[in-house]
Amino acid sequence: MKDSYITPDGRTIGGVLMDMRGITLRFGGVEAIKNISFDIREGEIRAIIGPNGAGKSSMLNVISGFYHPQDGEVWFRGAKRPTMRPYDVARQGIARTFQNIALFEGMSVLDNIMCGRLTHMKTGIFSQAIWHGAAQREEVENREAVERIIDFLEIQAIRKTPVGRLPYGLKKRVELARALAAEPKLLLLDEPMAGMNVEEKEDMSRFILDVNDEFGTTIALIEHDMGVVMDLSDRVVVMDYGRKIGDGTPDEVRGNQEVIDAYLGVAHD
Amino acid sequence: MFYREAGDFKTSYEADSQTFPIKFDRYRFWAMLAVAYLVIPFIINDYWANAILVPFLIYTIAAIGLNILTGYCGQVSLGTGGFMAVGAYAMYKLMTSFPDVSVVIHVILAGGITAVVGAAFGLPSLRIKGFYLAVATLAAQFFLVWLFNKVAWFYNYSASGQINAPERFVGGIAVTGPNTDAWAKYMICLVFVTVCAIIARNLTRGTMGRKWMAIRDMDIAAEIIGVNPLQAKLTAFAVSSFFIGISGALFFSVYLGAVEVGEAFGIQKSFLVLFMVIIGGLGSIFGSFAGAGFLVLLPVALKVIGVDLLGWPTDIVAHLQLVIIGALIMFFLIKEPHGLAQFWRIAKEKLRLWPFPY
Repeated sequence: MKDSYITPDGRTIGGVLMDMRGITLRFGGVEAIKNISFDIREGEIRAIIGPNGAGKSSMLNVISGFYHPQDGEVWFRGAKRPTMRPYDVARQGIARTFQNIALFEGMSVLDNIMCGRLTHMKTGIFSQAIWHGAAQREEVENREAVERIIDFLEIQAIRKTPVGRLPYGLKKRVELARALAAEPKLLLLDEPMAGMNVEEKEDMSRFILDVNDEFGTTIALIEHDMGVVMDLSDRVVVMDYGRKIGDGTPDEVRGNQEVIDAYLGVAHD
Repeated sequence: MFYREAGDFKTSYEADSQTFPIKFDRYRFWAMLAVAYLVIPFIINDYWANAILVPFLIYTIAAIGLNILTGYCGQVSLGTGGFMAVGAYAMYKLMTSFPDVSVVIHVILAGGITAVVGAAFGLPSLRIKGFYLAVATLAAQFFLVWLFNKVAWFYNYSASGQINAPERFVGGIAVTGPNTDAWAKYMICLVFVTVCAIIARNLTRGTMGRKWMAIRDMDIAAEIIGVNPLQAKLTAFAVSSFFIGISGALFFSVYLGAVEVGEAFGIQKSFLVLFMVIIGGLGSIFGSFAGAGFLVLLPVALKVIGVDLLGWPTDIVAHLQLVIIGALIMFFLIKEPHGLAQFWRIAKEKLRLWPFPY
């Protein structure tokens, strides 16, 4: 599994970027995740699917440091990760979006995306108070990076609009922009297409593929739309009631009897 | 007609992130600064300085401080009076202990000491939010006032328990003490307001301000993009207290001259500054000016209209003032939580299209 390979559409998938080993997560008596192991390889699009309450979002929260599993190890870039707070995880190069949008409503689109660059901004409070010099230079450099993201996601026109005024689909896109601005190694998307119409889904799918293609970002996503999942992802993890019931390419997963039974439904006589 | 963005092209990101993006605003700002520095000092008299301008400037610094904490970082504080007292007493101790050092340095050091105290009282903010934090800062308020009453060292064991500002000079001109000229009081406050406002603006438009606003708007999302919540909240408390400490130091040394802590820095002061921030506009530096100006001018205006013009009894006017402030607070909280600054912003948006709004 260490070797890299090339997908049918010509992308190179590298070695293991993130390795989840025997993760178990309990909330009191409830076992949300039961001894799950899977890996995410560099450059791939990895989907996590499963019915409601299967533990998908909990898994994402474990990766991004909100939850700390009682058992199991998280390996990232070949090293075992100690227990970390989410802001330390962010500094390691993991960015994410949320199922229900978590933008900063009081700020403009530009400021929201600039927030994504915070891990790249290093000037201290005193040089910021003076502004001219180091702080301004840093601001402009990061602004340039943010403008590239804005161009990439085609949201130039709403740059200065307060986020609170935007429609749902655009908010989702701005949230993706904020996550991308951090230039993450690993991008976690929690239901990026929830509540979208077909066109918006197509747009978002295109953006996800482009992000993966142009920036080489590894993507792990949770999604309920099976068409999208099967089309986009290289490999799929299937969860049900906190257990892993399937793992493999979309075709393998589609043919897995347990997945069909548990997730797609047992045929009625 | 000149209030236009059209034709004022920004060719660099520096130009795009400046404080006043519209040319007319910039001219107006420089004109106001010129009037404040070059005209008012020559025409100011004792009444204007003591009743309006000096308290306005000092409260503006306090309002900027509280606005950073409450408006930008979303942490409600009722400890402003207490932190102003820290600034005042630090100032007093510094002035009496090191009489040879410039009073300007004392003011800045007093701000620094208040910043440390503020950050210490900000520690619980990581665990408690909203109302509960407000109560915790209220405890700070009462504790600090009690402390300055109780420990005689703070007021140098004076019999009255008061602190009195000794006479000090900047460049040979008295700025504290009973013989200070009106214009000197005004100028030293003006310089501090200008510097504080610029610093506050620089902090809030850059990285620091985004961290604070991220914490205010959604702390979970802030954490996920790499904001350390403890660090962000503590810097907000420290910076906020720094400004509040400076305002307390000036309030004591330049404005009042003699202070009894419970009277000058009681809970009323905390509420007054909080009202300034709410009426002026949460999350706006301009709002701090507007709110401070409004609440300093309101009693004066009421007195001029009610007592001098209409001949009403003084006590009725004083009560009327409380009623009006109370009603205004409710009005702003319901109708316009962003305060006077938002009215100003809307007026500006309208002006951009005026007189052809299509």
